Amino acid sequence: MTAGTRPQRLRRGRWLAAAALCGAWLGGCAPAPPGQELTFWTIGREGEAIVQLLPAFERAHPGIQVKVQQLPLTAAHQKLLTAFAGGSTPDLSQLGNTWLPELAALHALEPLQARVDRSAVVRPDDYFTSIWATNVIDGTLLGVPWYVDTRLLFYRRDLLRQAGFRAPPRNWEEWRRQLAALSDPPRHRYAILLPTNEYEQLMSLALQQPDPLLRDGDRYGNFESAGFKHALAFYVDTFRLQQAPPISNVEAGNPWTEFGRGVYAFYLSGPWNIGEFRSRLPAAQQDDWATAPLPGPRTAGIGVAGGSSLVIFRASKHKDAAWQLIEYLSQPAVQQRFYALLGDLPPRRSSWQDGALRDDPKLRAFREQLEHVRPAPAVPEWERIANEMQLVAAEAIAGRLTIDQAAAEIDRRADAILAKRRWVLDHAVPAPTREHPP
Amino acid sequence: MNPPRAAWLFLAPALLVLGVFFLLPVLGALVLSLTDYDLYALADLHNLRFVALGNYWELLHRPLFWSALGHTVYFVAVGVPLSMGASLGAAMLLNSPLARCKPLFRTALFAPVVTTVVAVAVIWRYLFNTRYGMANYVLGLVGVHPVDWLGDPHWAMPTIILFAVWKNFGYNMVIFLAGLQAIPPELYEAARIDGASAWRQFRHITLPMLKPTLLMVGILTVSGYFQLFAEPYVMTEGGPLQSTVSVLYLMYDEGFKWWNLGSASAVAFLLFVIMFAVTALMLKLSRHGEEP
Repeated sequence: MTAGTRPQRLRRGRWLAAAALCGAWLGGCAPAPPGQELTFWTIGREGEAIVQLLPAFERAHPGIQVKVQQLPLTAAHQKLLTAFAGGSTPDLSQLGNTWLPELAALHALEPLQARVDRSAVVRPDDYFTSIWATNVIDGTLLGVPWYVDTRLLFYRRDLLRQAGFRAPPRNWEEWRRQLAALSDPPRHRYAILLPTNEYEQLMSLALQQPDPLLRDGDRYGNFESAGFKHALAFYVDTFRLQQAPPISNVEAGNPWTEFGRGVYAFYLSGPWNIGEFRSRLPAAQQDDWATAPLPGPRTAGIGVAGGSSLVIFRASKHKDAAWQLIEYLSQPAVQQRFYALLGDLPPRRSSWQDGALRDDPKLRAFREQLEHVRPAPAVPEWERIANEMQLVAAEAIAGRLTIDQAAAEIDRRADAILAKRRWVLDHAVPAPTREHPP
Repeated sequence: MNPPRAAWLFLAPALLVLGVFFLLPVLGALVLSLTDYDLYALADLHNLRFVALGNYWELLHRPLFWSALGHTVYFVAVGVPLSMGASLGAAMLLNSPLARCKPLFRTALFAPVVTTVVAVAVIWRYLFNTRYGMANYVLGLVGVHPVDWLGDPHWAMPTIILFAVWKNFGYNMVIFLAGLQAIPPELYEAARIDGASAWRQFRHITLPMLKPTLLMVGILTVSGYFQLFAEPYVMTEGGPLQSTVSVLYLMYDEGFKWWNLGSASAVAFLLFVIMFAVTALMLKLSRHGEEP
């Protein structure tokens, strides 16, 4: 913040205060609802779609009124933590499954296993196994998956065919061959776009390896394992061989148009881009692109288990009503409508057995991969570690570090970040003499 | 009521507000900076450890802190003279008796200050896009190879400086304009009669007469530029390769992204100490200049 912008900031502060006052006033004067009012926080685009699903719920449950608050993705994490610190958490919320361990560490979430056991709607065996597992933290179920995502390959079928490839790659060896054939750096043609400031791509490759990313009960980093180095080397080589441009997503600007123009033949991304490509590319090009399971070292189809869950906060006074809403949103028919509205992929196998979800060829790769996804380490520090991992990987891409140096550096940073976790874990063990931290 | 007590009574509301909304939070932050307050401590206060100066010690051993400080000093050292030069230049042009449509230009040059930094950043990101940006297009016309403005670690900070200078110079320009208008025209008249050139008039009349204004603007700009945050936040998100991470950006990441409020508070206090030392030095140097 520089000198010139200070008056502006003050003014914005005043506006916020005024808005807060208005909100308080409106809240205070609105006619009291006859039954319970549920506060439901959504993150990102989901809030817009959810309001279209709620009237049916409110008709079926006349005593419950749902108040949806949409948080922008960039502010959601902060808002959730400040809400907890300030004791103003909502009744229920959408929660990305990488944030679940953090709120679990805060004991902010209500355990749900007992409700699931009694439920006729939420049946765990119908959910994709790994996705369900991301909601179980230290043996306690804290969320019900709402929608899922995993990263896989979007590819230009026509460009692959021109280069002589009938099918998308299934393993890294094939992938490397295709990447090489489709790259032409002097003409600004790169086979793939891997934004250097997004960690999901490298993480997806790393999760395909047999070695876990953290070791000893998630106390230390395990980035010097042979598996991670293998993944890191493949990732970094893609840049060194000029098969991917070393740019961040800020500079990539509009990757959809560039994909359409053939600047990139592959794009490693998630399900929301199906909708993006459908709306942004001309109709004539719609048959030229397709999706394929993420190629692995030997076989394809293993990726990261991402997505969002629905959670109930411990401090909520309307937990039963909140659970009714979760059950409603978990019905396969409702999940299919949700998909139609937004393109978010449902986490239940039975939701995939009808309509567009069953028949859409672009979705088939996702359906296949969702059976084999793997969760990221479930520690509150994971996002920070993944960020550091990507920062170091970017140094390696720039040629400042070798693979071995980079792996050691990521381990060093991960161990430092996990120091407090180690202390807390050791501290929590009931021992007669509590040892002082080293 | 005796006069001192009446004075305190008049001061009381201001002191109360200052105490509650400034002094207490600062003290709280100081205490926080001596602990390892983080997510685990938020969950359970038993996980809070008193670490004394541990946060400061760790920060001073953290390469990212030093590189962030380096980027910030780079930004201040290049940005402040550029910004003040641009402000003074624009103010003198506007103050010139030859200038036409003064209100129009004054408004136009002040406009960047009052526009939203986020909206402007979107446009600047397009202007400085490597492939489609106007900056590279114009450079291309004179045969310069395209520059990766926001993607090259060497170019990102200069681009941010350019952006910040453009965004902020209008604010100081208005202050300089007021200062210039306060200089009696007789001084210039006398100098002209004595045959002083435009440069000597500037050197021996404008600069000395503007000195108090220059000092005030200098201190405000330095302390403002040390708090670099919004520009990299909207333009580069600290990248590429963390080459635009400033000290305040580091604090934001530590505190609000990772919830390490202990070490974030330590960053804030370190930055405060540095800014305090720099501005005190500036004040001292300016006083030193007056004595001989």
